[in-house]
Amino acid sequence: MKNTILICRCEDITQEDIEQAIDEGYTTLEELKCRLRLGMGPCQGRSCLSLARRILCQKTGKKPSEIDFPSTRPPLIPVKIGTLVCDMHGRIRKKG
Amino acid sequence: MAELEKKADVVIIGGGINGCSLAYQLAQREIKVIVCERSYLGAGATGRCGAGIRQQWSTKENTQLAIQSVKIFEQLEQELGCNIGLRQGGYLIAIHTEHEMSQAKKNLLMQKSLGLDVSLLSPEEMKEIVPLLDTKGMKAIGATFCPTDGHADPFKTTHAYAQAALRYGAHIYKFTDVLGFHKEKNILTQVLTNKGTIATSIVVNAAGAWSPCLADLAGIQLPNKPYRKEILVTERIQPLFQAMVISFKDGIYFSQQDEGQILGGIPISHEKAGYATVPTYDFLQHMSTTLARYAPALQFVNIIRQWTGYYDVTPDARPILGEVTGLKGFLQCNGFSGHGFMLSPMVTKMLADYIVDGKVHPILKKLTIERFKGKHLHKEVAVVG
Repeated sequence: MKNTILICRCEDITQEDIEQAIDEGYTTLEELKCRLRLGMGPCQGRSCLSLARRILCQKTGKKPSEIDFPSTRPPLIPVKIGTLVCDMHGRIRKKG
Repeated sequence: MAELEKKADVVIIGGGINGCSLAYQLAQREIKVIVCERSYLGAGATGRCGAGIRQQWSTKENTQLAIQSVKIFEQLEQELGCNIGLRQGGYLIAIHTEHEMSQAKKNLLMQKSLGLDVSLLSPEEMKEIVPLLDTKGMKAIGATFCPTDGHADPFKTTHAYAQAALRYGAHIYKFTDVLGFHKEKNILTQVLTNKGTIATSIVVNAAGAWSPCLADLAGIQLPNKPYRKEILVTERIQPLFQAMVISFKDGIYFSQQDEGQILGGIPISHEKAGYATVPTYDFLQHMSTTLARYAPALQFVNIIRQWTGYYDVTPDARPILGEVTGLKGFLQCNGFSGHGFMLSPMVTKMLADYIVDGKVHPILKKLTIERFKGKHLHKEVAVVG
């Protein structure tokens, strides 16, 4: 059975998944993101990346300040495609 | 991290899909190979790409490379013993004008002559493949469709190749920067890195968008230029379609990934060559508008992330492979112009055959840097994104 300590709720990733990936040699948050899809869901890593950083520190002996966070990507919150649709003059449509 | 090996038969610069897959092929054939990656594996274009695998091209060489690559992709999970997330849902290429139609028919004939299963569809047939499409809104008069095109997961595929390479004894050094080269006359002898020096007689430049900079360090000029390309992804939604939809006229491509998210990109106007990485609002707006025109139902789906990567673009949009004149042992594996992931299996096989047995594949011969000396370039026109 999967270890039930859930770290990334959006992508369903557990502490065990993260520890396993670190053992495979993925020792940065950016690599864990690529390997596991950690932080790639709708919340964009708001809660899981700090937790994953703590696991990385415990397993690698690094200090939190030595571990970089992946780039924050826009948009900051999810936006509907319809909200961004514009007319031929680049004006946003009133109703999406 | 283990100490840097002092000597190797081959040093590959760049730990993207091409670097890792070449390392695997060479290690498997008992060549001592080292990969130097400046960042983590797949940090460049590989990990940022649209993940598509397409065999429908306008040049014969690209079509052949792609057909052979798909054959390798199809049995790769078995070969590497690792999941690569391959799904063959086909590529649907929209046709908008009579001019595009005649080019499509020309391509189709060439592709069929090479044995590819590809057909011409009416707007009604397009909707059977991707029911979401508004063929009137997208102004399509038809499409070509190849059912064995598809996509694979670039992270999983790179991981699978790297793990297999390590099993065969390859050395992969991440976060290792190449600073320069030593040469004796016109022969490469050493690679200098921030972790130490490696003696070797063969270096493969698989550094993607940074290939020209590396070549510069070796005193070789490459014509490649980096272009920022943007891409976005939505939240996960229920499975709606399997095919990748693309249009050469609008430059758009989009598909639904295995996990359910819609992934796609489109070029924005006035894009200049250079190492810009900032994602733009212009892209977000242009992509949303075009996507909503192509598939109106998608306007209710949330975009959750946008990012950028580089196309490593050559003057004819085709890769630069193999030896260069002026520096023996300095091999190129770059200039993929946005198609490095999908062509990698066959490209690296040809390069491995050349390095190990000295065999020069007819396509390899056509894609060396020498072609730019001629006046007439045979340009690949089937490019999106």
